[in-house]
Amino acid sequence: MLKVSNLNKNFNGVTALKEFSFEMKENEILGMIGPNGAGKTTFFNVLSGFIKPESDKLEFLGKDITNLSSHKIVSSGISRTFQDLRLIRQISVIDNVLLSFNHQTGENFYNILFKQKSWQETEELDKHKALKLLEYAGIKDKAFDLANDLSYGQQKLLSITCCLAADAKLLLLDEPIAGINPEMREKILRIISELPSKGKSAIIIEHDMDFIERICDRVIFMDMGEKISEGTSEEVRNDPKVIEAYLE
Amino acid sequence: MEYLLHILILICIYIILSLSLNLLVGYTGILSIAHAAFYGVGAYVTALMALRLETPFLLNIVLAVIAAGVFGAVVGIPSLRLKDDYFVIATFAFQIIMFSVLNNLVEFTGGPLGLPGIPQPNIFGYEISTHIEFLILSLLLAGLVYWVSNRIVKSPFGRLLKSIREDEVFVKAVGRDISAAKVKIFIISASLASLAGVIYATYITYIDPTSFTVMESIFIISIVIIGGAANLKGSILGAAFLVALPELLRFIGLPNSIAANVRQILYGALLVIMMMWRPQGFLGEYAFGKSSEDRIHKLGDRSKRGNDA
Repeated sequence: MLKVSNLNKNFNGVTALKEFSFEMKENEILGMIGPNGAGKTTFFNVLSGFIKPESDKLEFLGKDITNLSSHKIVSSGISRTFQDLRLIRQISVIDNVLLSFNHQTGENFYNILFKQKSWQETEELDKHKALKLLEYAGIKDKAFDLANDLSYGQQKLLSITCCLAADAKLLLLDEPIAGINPEMREKILRIISELPSKGKSAIIIEHDMDFIERICDRVIFMDMGEKISEGTSEEVRNDPKVIEAYLE
Repeated sequence: MEYLLHILILICIYIILSLSLNLLVGYTGILSIAHAAFYGVGAYVTALMALRLETPFLLNIVLAVIAAGVFGAVVGIPSLRLKDDYFVIATFAFQIIMFSVLNNLVEFTGGPLGLPGIPQPNIFGYEISTHIEFLILSLLLAGLVYWVSNRIVKSPFGRLLKSIREDEVFVKAVGRDISAAKVKIFIISASLASLAGVIYATYITYIDPTSFTVMESIFIISIVIIGGAANLKGSILGAAFLVALPELLRFIGLPNSIAANVRQILYGALLVIMMMWRPQGFLGEYAFGKSSEDRIHKLGDRSKRGNDA
């Protein structure tokens, strides 16, 4: 489904990604691990169109997405969350989800002025869908609170819900469970593990090895912008090159 | 009585200008100092059409709106790619260019002498000439602009605009095309501003470039900020307040030469005071110039990292 070949990225001479390539099948959960500064988040930034790579090719669902702008990449089916947790905090929880639905009739200027009934009807349908998603995430009772009033864990749940609302086929989750309590962690774990049954895949950056082992079909270990090792979590953990990288 | 009506008409003109700018500055969080230029486009298109081609008033309104929209697109599409301050500079440049063009294209715009003798509006044979008739026309157009703005901010498009103001990166990550949304609201804002120009040109019946300078843009920004960014009623209140204030000064009995300076000092002082003690303006929801993080802090941040309830 996703094919990454020979990705390179330098920041003023510092190598962030070097000849980085891998392939991903449909309905797969892929873990991405490695020390800080290994290039994991840079890879997410490149894949989601926030920064442009230098020489490379990114292919998603048979289409070349290398030089697309970020909103086009999302509409081709890739959506992401952020390590530093981004949401629109001044609007309600449900508005965050509604914002994430693409193709809204209520955003067309002509409809806004002359077809209020028509967009309000579709908005009602969207609200219904949004509430279902929030129910699935277990934060439906907070739907009409400000996003800022959610706990940190709930905000992480909401950011994943927004990815689902953006109708992504591939979710890029940057540290989805960092800094949250065990109960929330189980909730997020359940949502991610159910993704393949909904025809979705995910790439997860996480430092929690236990979490990675429980959830990922395959793991890539990165260091200094390069892929050092790839395989099941056990294979990667026992790979001498990985051990060496950590000992250095 | 006529004096009072004159003030009310001026207030309506500034309500149109501040409502349309509020869509941009307050709701979308992009600061433009070219608003007077679009106001000028509306005035000059109306005046030139009426004087040179003698086209009917209603057609002139439509042409003014379209012309301002086209200018909005020409300025907005390239400059909205720029970030914050650089965008402000780009709009500043457009404002300056617009003034120079109006001032120097003498055979077309009359240059510094302006365009005198603009015919008053004629709607299907009905001549609008008295103050009360102009007030009704101004109220109708201001009402129209309020209606359009209100529909926009209450729609999903309004939600998108506010979200862009709060966090562009998140909005991009869920797949929304933020440049398209910004260009759209910039064009809408410019088009609506031109309506104020239409009223001004036909009401005063004389225009010259000095009515559409960068000082005028800054005055409109002051109305939006003092009235309250991201609040439409705030813009109405702000326009009424800032237009009526210097008029009230007349009654204190200051000589004209001093009153003009006092007016400038008053605006400046007011803006500084508001920025210090009430940056969100009288009725605003959005404290202009504060970063998103600062405002969240004000909301009462219960959700600290790693502190799960």
